[in-house]
Amino acid sequence: MSPKEPQEFDEVTEGTEDDATAIMPENTLPADPEQLEPEVIDVRKGMFGVHGSGDTSGYGGIVRPVAMPGGSPRPYGGWFDDVADALGGALSSAGITSGVEKVVVHRGEITFFIRRADLLETVRTLRNDPALRFEFCSGVSGVHYPSDEGRELHAVYHLLSMTHNRRIRLEVTCPDSDPHIPSVVAVYPTSDWHERETYDFFGIIFDGHPSLTRIQMPDDWPGHPQRKDYPLGGIPVEYKGATIPPPDQRRSYN
Amino acid sequence: MNSPQDPYAQSADTTTGKVFTVTGQDWDSIVQGVAEEAEERIVVNMGPQHPSTHGVLRLILELEGETVTEARCGIGYLHTGIEKNMEFRTWVQGVTFCTRMDYLSPFYNEATYTLGVERLLDIEDDIPEKATVMRVLLMELNRISSHLVAIATGGMEIGALTVMTIGFRERELVLDLFELITGLRMNHAFIRPGGVAQDMPPGALDEIRDFIALMKKRLPEYADLCNANPIFKARLVDVGQLDLAGCLALGISGPPLRSTGYPWDLRKTQPYCGYEDYDFEVVTWDTPDAYGRFRIRLAEMWESLKIVEQCADRLADLEGAPVMIADKKIAWPSQLALGSDGMGNSLDHIRHIMGESMEALIHHFKLVTEGFRVPAGQAYVPVESPRGELGAHVVSDGGTRPFRAHFRDPSFTNLQATSVMSEGGMVADVIVAIASIDPVMGGVDR
Amino acid sequence: MGLEEKLPSGVLLTTVENVAGYFRKASFWPATFGLACCAIEMMTTGAPKYDLGRFGMEVFRASPRQADLMIVAGRVSQKMAPVLRQIYDQMPDPKWVLAMGVCASSGGMFNNYAIVQGVDHVVPVDMYLPGCPPRPEMLIDAILKLHDQVQHAKLGVNRDAQVIENENDALTALPTSDMRGLLR
Ligand code: SF4
Repeated sequence: MSPKEPQEFDEVTEGTEDDATAIMPENTLPADPEQLEPEVIDVRKGMFGVHGSGDTSGYGGIVRPVAMPGGSPRPYGGWFDDVADALGGALSSAGITSGVEKVVVHRGEITFFIRRADLLETVRTLRNDPALRFEFCSGVSGVHYPSDEGRELHAVYHLLSMTHNRRIRLEVTCPDSDPHIPSVVAVYPTSDWHERETYDFFGIIFDGHPSLTRIQMPDDWPGHPQRKDYPLGGIPVEYKGATIPPPDQRRSYN
Repeated sequence: MNSPQDPYAQSADTTTGKVFTVTGQDWDSIVQGVAEEAEERIVVNMGPQHPSTHGVLRLILELEGETVTEARCGIGYLHTGIEKNMEFRTWVQGVTFCTRMDYLSPFYNEATYTLGVERLLDIEDDIPEKATVMRVLLMELNRISSHLVAIATGGMEIGALTVMTIGFRERELVLDLFELITGLRMNHAFIRPGGVAQDMPPGALDEIRDFIALMKKRLPEYADLCNANPIFKARLVDVGQLDLAGCLALGISGPPLRSTGYPWDLRKTQPYCGYEDYDFEVVTWDTPDAYGRFRIRLAEMWESLKIVEQCADRLADLEGAPVMIADKKIAWPSQLALGSDGMGNSLDHIRHIMGESMEALIHHFKLVTEGFRVPAGQAYVPVESPRGELGAHVVSDGGTRPFRAHFRDPSFTNLQATSVMSEGGMVADVIVAIASIDPVMGGVDR
Repeated sequence: MGLEEKLPSGVLLTTVENVAGYFRKASFWPATFGLACCAIEMMTTGAPKYDLGRFGMEVFRASPRQADLMIVAGRVSQKMAPVLRQIYDQMPDPKWVLAMGVCASSGGMFNNYAIVQGVDHVVPVDMYLPGCPPRPEMLIDAILKLHDQVQHAKLGVNRDAQVIENENDALTALPTSDMRGLLR
């Protein structure tokens, strides 16, 4: 998957000092430009979540990019480098040279973005290699970034090495038009229910899963309810003549 | 059995064979029906509404006589959409939602979420010491109450009603402490990003000391009643076996993992909230069965009591220290005061914002309606809940609300062991095996 | 049901009503329908400190066929709703439903895709108990109020009259949307 083109904005309002969406300095170190750019996933417009209700606040013109932390340059610090070296070495000896898309070190946690084609081999290496030994998988968590074109759906794995007492995060992306990610159940049987749950909520199809069926919702449920484009599904609540719309249809800060 | 008033008590032909609905006193008709069909296989559906399945868990068991050949779980009967609901509330309000996930260990849900948010805010080092000690205190008290319910309901499900009644009797003591400290018996929403909601009320430390003294008398009763009880042992020993390799493959943590003898406890191995400064032991057992897990829970309550005692000593030295972060951009303005009903708004604070300072009013309004912004990124800070590794994967897009909060709940993961633990055993042992995992359906389904 | 159906309205029927109501309320048998957090409080209510045994109902029936009160304790998900209805249908008449907690009463704080917004969408509810979770004392209070309702339940022809009366009351009641003004 090719890294995203930098997005063009018509007009970008400067963030205020305490505005956390301002691009964070630790993520703007110059290096390989494609990998280290903060990943712009969305553009936030105005101050309020629900639009079209006649914004009289005067904040409707604010436009700011929403950026996730970008890739980090070497050295990552501490044992992060050991893991990255060991993983890179083990993968290249298995013939995979570009399995790791980028590495993000943020807030003391390390995230490896893995190309989905290489996921299975990567987790197998992570579990089996004596220098890595991530024998415990804490499951899969799906995240939906609707405006991150071509990488809408993310599957996030938290791995734990009890041998070395380390914790890493793997992130795999797939486009909404082709929501397939290889299943890791063969390596981590614990992912069985977690993958079913992620399928249920996000519609990510885990190829190779022994029985990918809905787990939380009824079998005949339409849609995947925790995607961002699925409404919260609340009903308006009436009390003594006043009606309050459900939380996702109220005007609220975003 | 085909009474016209009762549409459910009947047999029906489906594509997969004849299906009987058992309603009591009609086992003969099933046996006869199976004999007629010349089929050995009986598939029994148990739950989701069954007194012994530990909540709204549905079990689909394939039986050969009394032996379980296959066991599968059906879950989702309590799916509440809490994770999605959290995306529409501010970061602080999220605590109110996640506390209701695993309702037997609310403080752990709050703690893991709060720790994640604090890591994203990069304020982990600014949390006042007293807030951290109070978190530990509440979490350890919560471990006691949760283990008590685990033992109590586990006992009830095998017919040991006395265990159930005494378990709930002691739990009341813990709940009284919770009520004193947080104002609520359950679902507290007390641990918040930046600290805890309120200071310790006057007299709480004495109550805690009384509680510790009383528990030290009461806990041995459980040991006397159960540890060597032949019926209890007959039901529990060697039931629900799962060895270390199985635990790791299935991602099992908590008492089932420690019952294999492997001392993995996040409080020791990856300390959070300053657990490295407390003196306690990680309890393990050498028989990975239901009995071992029961003994671990019992022993862990003692360890928790030890930690609670240390917390009480520390809190005694921290009289009057702050319990919320100093940064007023994050500290929720809930300066509550003691009113005639035991709790209420702080009149001083109201006077300040309404009468003295326009800026304070604006600030208060912004913080309450808009909330604070959390820098974009993601965090995962697991804690050792009574059931194992509980972690919240918190994702922020830099907004005032969580972009996504996913909870890795130990009940959900551990429940996957049902089939491994119960296949090949008796039907009655399925109940014991599940009770030894102690799943809480609120956590499983969220 | 039985003989009382045949009785003409009058002193005899009211006496039978009183006696039947008295016995029914004194031996309520709740079906376990614990769903979520509220279920824990329901169990607590049956446990030593609050002791539902004082009101003759410490025995929670595992089988709906032996129960006449369903305490819906917790949030009812869309997946659970059919199960709930089936259990309700399996309970013999006469039966009562107590919606315990805001989730069962109205969906509570979970106004979303997964939760039935009030169990009265699925089964008729006789008593709503607010709280999240309600304290055991509140549950006992709700049960005692329900006892009162049961004691005064009518039978036979009187029952028919009561049904019509309730229906008329409901039809003429002021809709909540017309109850404007400050919160009262
Ligand atoms: S009303 Fe509150 S306590 Fe009861 S089930 Fe709902 S969330 Fe839980």
